[in-house]
Amino acid sequence: MADADVIVVGAGIIGAACAYFLTQAGARVVIVDPTAPGTVCTAACMGHLVVMDDSEAQFALTAYSCRLWTDLAARLPRPAEYEPRGTLWVASTREEMAIAEAKSAFYRARGVEAHVVTQGEMAALEPALDSSLPGGLWVPGDSVLYATNAARWLLDQSGTTVLREEVVAMGGGRATLDDGRDLEASVIVNAAGAAAPALTTGLPIEPRKGHLAITDRYPGVLTRQTLELGYLASAHGQATESVAFNIQPRATGQMLIGSSREFVGFAPGVNRAIVGKMLERAQRFVPCARDWHVIRIWTGFRPCTPDNLPLIGPAPGDATVWIAAGHEGLGITTSLATGRLLADRWAARDSAIDPVPFAVDRVAAGAHG
Amino acid sequence: MIEADVAVVGGGPAGIAAATVAAESGARVVLLDEGATLGGQIWRRDVLAAPKGSAAAWLDRLAASGAEVLSGWSVFDAEPRRLVGFRGIVRFHQVVIATGARERFLPFPGWTLPGVTGLGGLQAMVKSGCDVSDRRIVVGGSGPLAIAVAASLAERGAHVALVAEQASWVQIRPFLFAILREPRKFMQGLDYALALHPGVVRFGTWVVGAEGRDRVEAVRVTDGRRTWRERCDLLAVGYGLVPQTELAALLGCRVEEAVWVDREQRTTASGVFAAGEPTGIGGVECALIEGQIAGLAAVGREVDHLETERFRGLRFKDVLKTAFELRNELRHVPRPETIVCRCEDVRLVDLEPFVDRRTAKLVTRCGMGPCQGRVCGDSLEFLKKWGPNEVRPPLMPTSVGDLAR
Amino acid sequence: MADMLTVRVNGVVMCVPPGFTVLAALDRAGTRTCRTSVTGEPRGALCGMGICQECRVTIDGRSHERSCMTLCQDGMEIVTGD
Ligand SMILES: Cc1cc2nc3c(=O)[nH]c(=O)nc-3n(C[C@H](O)[C@H](O)[C@H](O)COP(=O)(O)OP(=O)(O)OC[C@H]3O[C@@H](n4cnc5c(N)ncnc54)[C@H](O)[C@@H]3O)c2cc1C
Ligand SMILES: Cc1cc2nc3c(=O)[nH]c(=O)nc-3n(C[C@H](O)[C@H](O)[C@H](O)COP(=O)(O)OP(=O)(O)OC[C@H]3O[C@@H](n4cnc5c(N)ncnc54)[C@H](O)[C@@H]3O)c2cc1C
Ligand code: FES
Repeated sequence: MADADVIVVGAGIIGAACAYFLTQAGARVVIVDPTAPGTVCTAACMGHLVVMDDSEAQFALTAYSCRLWTDLAARLPRPAEYEPRGTLWVASTREEMAIAEAKSAFYRARGVEAHVVTQGEMAALEPALDSSLPGGLWVPGDSVLYATNAARWLLDQSGTTVLREEVVAMGGGRATLDDGRDLEASVIVNAAGAAAPALTTGLPIEPRKGHLAITDRYPGVLTRQTLELGYLASAHGQATESVAFNIQPRATGQMLIGSSREFVGFAPGVNRAIVGKMLERAQRFVPCARDWHVIRIWTGFRPCTPDNLPLIGPAPGDATVWIAAGHEGLGITTSLATGRLLADRWAARDSAIDPVPFAVDRVAAGAHG
Repeated sequence: MIEADVAVVGGGPAGIAAATVAAESGARVVLLDEGATLGGQIWRRDVLAAPKGSAAAWLDRLAASGAEVLSGWSVFDAEPRRLVGFRGIVRFHQVVIATGARERFLPFPGWTLPGVTGLGGLQAMVKSGCDVSDRRIVVGGSGPLAIAVAASLAERGAHVALVAEQASWVQIRPFLFAILREPRKFMQGLDYALALHPGVVRFGTWVVGAEGRDRVEAVRVTDGRRTWRERCDLLAVGYGLVPQTELAALLGCRVEEAVWVDREQRTTASGVFAAGEPTGIGGVECALIEGQIAGLAAVGREVDHLETERFRGLRFKDVLKTAFELRNELRHVPRPETIVCRCEDVRLVDLEPFVDRRTAKLVTRCGMGPCQGRVCGDSLEFLKKWGPNEVRPPLMPTSVGDLAR
Repeated sequence: MADMLTVRVNGVVMCVPPGFTVLAALDRAGTRTCRTSVTGEPRGALCGMGICQECRVTIDGRSHERSCMTLCQDGMEIVTGD
């Protein structure tokens, strides 16, 4: 007999969400990860659950997933630190107000609440922002989360066994562990995040390094997740290096300051120059941030694909291997939708959104700019 | 930006000695210290008394040496040949790390009450102006510091009701023999003993709890057979010292409990020396010798003449380590509901499901606060044998403005 | 004493000699609690040397400053309960 119906490789937020929805769909699931659940990229992130509009497909995935998070919100335990903070997108120039207008129209046309705010309205919403900023866009439906504990809760709820082993190979209905053992199942899900290409050759995923800085507690100074409209350009371009202003007030009263993006392989050290730029930018938008005490800075590696969309579905050439990886800087947001899409496929039922844009064979390896 | 041939971080005895001898040989030397005034822990400036003895002699010699002294200069980051602090950047050819030690705290019920302090902690507070006269004080913990601090508190008019040393009389015998061989240490020990009332010091005795409403009012201690209560206004407890190795680790030096050094105090990182407590707890004489060796070696001078004294210091370090080894019973003093991480108020019971520090931290927030696990990390190393924290810049809470520069 | 410094501790004016830390000023004012912990407990200075962060107070409007590492300056405004 097979060891499970589905073996999920990787217990980050993506693997946890897959386990959660697959078990709900009736599958027997085993999850394999040598490290403690939710302690790799999932522990390095901001946990902003945000609707994004880089493409129609991205909008569909993020909006759907945010709805799933909202449905779950009441049940999430306190350590998951879920808070419906909304997102305030800030324009740094008059010209960027046009982006705010366009974004607002796009969101509203698709049923997501969004309001353009003027300079004065923004100052009333977030008095700590530099009052000379021209305004922005207020999206009240977004939220924030502490992803490590959310992932662990999803796993707990699924009741799946977590095997603390490393998978060294997968394919043909089996996953081989580093102790030489084989586990059999009809489907193996590669949810190994930025390490996914090591298990499925040819996956076009590259680590995209990011830095975050956390401060001491300054409760109430900001109340919304606040980031610059220029963030989209930083996140969705494929520039080798970029920073954008992004501050998240946490449930603890701390401020989480981002964000940076670099293609430098897996080099975990702190890049002082980029942190300097990142914090410089934070001060420009929020002048009082200058006095905040940073207590720690860390880095993480976003699993990045050439078109900034995740890979969700069967691997080309082996129907037993499914991929759930490559979620770049939105994996917390899009985890639930990812799990649902795979569970729908498992149960052979229709999905709420079109899965085709996320098909694995749409992009080729080595396509990074 | 400041340029130096030799940068010395830490203005305690080790750093002062290193900076002095390096500057005396003609090198451009800067000495950086986080404190508002020089001296480190033992030679910390006392608001009520001028420096005397060897502290005064070394401070005079430092002043004459030509070394530039920068106080209030916290080093929060370092890269090869570069130190970054609150006040700017120092470029150097050689660096001496003399960042000293901190106290090891172990949790016990009530230890978060105001008025419960470290041992050296209380001493530092007194030197910086806090008043202990007529206060009833219980001193607890382990190591030579306990008696030294008790004596200095008594000298300032405190009523030291009890000194509870967890090590047994038998266990510390090798330490006493070592002291007998060192006239300076012996005389100092005698001074301490005379400052205290007979019978105040009890060996094989340890604190099991503190009581009080908004501040400590009493302490419970035990000798393993009998547990009793002592009324107190202040309770000073510390379980020995922990080398501060974070800066060395950031510079890539090999660190195993203490910074690894060779006979010239060279670490495994090129151009990086370490002296004093970061290389292992040995006290002030040891720190002075190691500091001189590091300072001389950093400017390419001979250090052979100090070799014998260095070995004596190393032997003393070994004696200290075993004589005050912490007893197993201390692992059972904290209750499940006792707070371990004071920054985030994480209790011992919250840590129960975990086998490693990183996972425990990520899930419970233990060690995530502004002290970055300096306090709970050292205690968990003893309580649960968890490994050290990963070191990252900034080494201490640092403002956005300073980091952005 | 002509060279005394004047500081305010939670609004109350007091004089301290130069060289005193903010923590010492609090001590002289009879205040042992510096901050309130994340679960609401009163906390006071522990390590006395800048490590533990238990002595944080608000100094001249800047929150989370370590009182044990900061020397009093004339006119300083010190507020506890950080
Ligand atoms: C700085 C930063 C900020 C971010 N901010 C946000 C944000 O605000 N909102 C948002 O939605 N997203 C954000 N993200 C992105 C998000 O963190 C990631 O997209 C998400 O965590 C990816 O989850 P994952 O499960 O794929 O990867 P991971 O969490 O890395 O999990 C992969 C798991 O696979 C395991 N694994 C690897 N190899 C093997 C193997 N051979 N065998 C078994 N197991 C293996 C690993 O141990 C790991 O546990 C951010 C990321 C970064 C770096
Ligand atoms: C709290 C305490 C009290 C003590 N009291 C006594 C006593 O009464 N009697 C006794 O014999 N021994 C005492 N000791 C032991 C004493 O530390 C040593 O014997 C001796 O001082 C060691 O000298 P050192 O130069 O190695 O370190 P220290 O004297 O500790 O000096 C280290 C210096 O480095 C500075 N520093 C550390 N990190 C940084 C950084 N990143 N940037 C800038 N500066 C930095 C510190 O502020 C400090 O001034 C005490 C130790 C401690 C921790
Ligand atoms: S008392 Fe520990 S930092 Fe001030």
